[in-house]
Amino acid sequence: MDKKDIKEGLHDGLMIGLGYFAVAFSLGFAAKRAGLAPIEGAIASFFNHASAGEYGLYTSIASLATYAEVALITLIANARYLLMSCSLSQRFDPKAPFFHRLLVGFGITDEFFGVSIARPGTLSPTHFYSCALLAILMWSSGTFFGIWLGNMLPSNVVSALSVSLYGMFIAIIIPPCKKDKVVACAVAGSFALSYLCTLIPHVNELSSGTRTIILTILIAAVAAIIKPVKEESYAA
Amino acid sequence: MQHNTYIYIFIAALVSFIIRVLPLTLIRKPISNTFIRSFLYYVPYVTLAVMTFPAITEATQSPIAGLAALVVSIIAALYGAGLFPVAVMSCLTVFIIEWIIK
Repeated sequence: MDKKDIKEGLHDGLMIGLGYFAVAFSLGFAAKRAGLAPIEGAIASFFNHASAGEYGLYTSIASLATYAEVALITLIANARYLLMSCSLSQRFDPKAPFFHRLLVGFGITDEFFGVSIARPGTLSPTHFYSCALLAILMWSSGTFFGIWLGNMLPSNVVSALSVSLYGMFIAIIIPPCKKDKVVACAVAGSFALSYLCTLIPHVNELSSGTRTIILTILIAAVAAIIKPVKEESYAA
Repeated sequence: MQHNTYIYIFIAALVSFIIRVLPLTLIRKPISNTFIRSFLYYVPYVTLAVMTFPAITEATQSPIAGLAALVVSIIAALYGAGLFPVAVMSCLTVFIIEWIIK
């Protein structure tokens, strides 16, 4: 059982990690502009492992922002992890040791969250760790090489690799849409409203992190009111 | 005001850690409230959907390539393709379309 979790975790971690490496590599350019050394970028990436949050961090360093500003920007850019952490708490085995909550919590990213909720039953810390550790190391080394090597990778390769994470998101959200019409409507509504938010004046000035939080709360709440889930949905 | 890179990194890391860990450590039991349970059930799909579109069209050099990658991914996922095949197909779509456009 555990061996299977490790194997699947490493597999998922490698898939995510390849995308991470590419994204972190380009994030390295922003870190370089902020004057970070490769090792500093690698450390920042290991402990933050969040694209929007880190982008905020590097641009803040570049503009000599105050420490308080950095804290606020990190909070806003990463606030969606609060929701993901709430959601994962419902997948946790109530008998699991406390340190698993700290370590799994530390690891949360959009992608690990995605693969974790796509798995049936309670969350497997073993799967999570093998997936997260591998991918975070690739994320971290991506930043390292991005700062070090600059823009030596051809732009069409960077462009192609940068959609891999979105492809993965689609593979996670589409299968439940086939089984649950309300999820399908929520997903379609999310696409539409998210797009609308980039068009409407003033609203389009919101950061993508803030937009994600507002729309998530709004759409998920509407879906929950229209169609509350029955008990068995969570047990599955 | 001092501007130490490592203090910047530490602050960002600390804030990220607290955000990620707080709910997981505070919510120790299954939530019984139907609304909150339902809300949290929909959160992951909505969040990932919001983050995917229109961002996928902004990630590529040409927005059309990103849009094509989205369509290809959705079709592949509807036909039951897993995470990795879908991710690879989305990358190839962008690579090919941007190669044709140029």
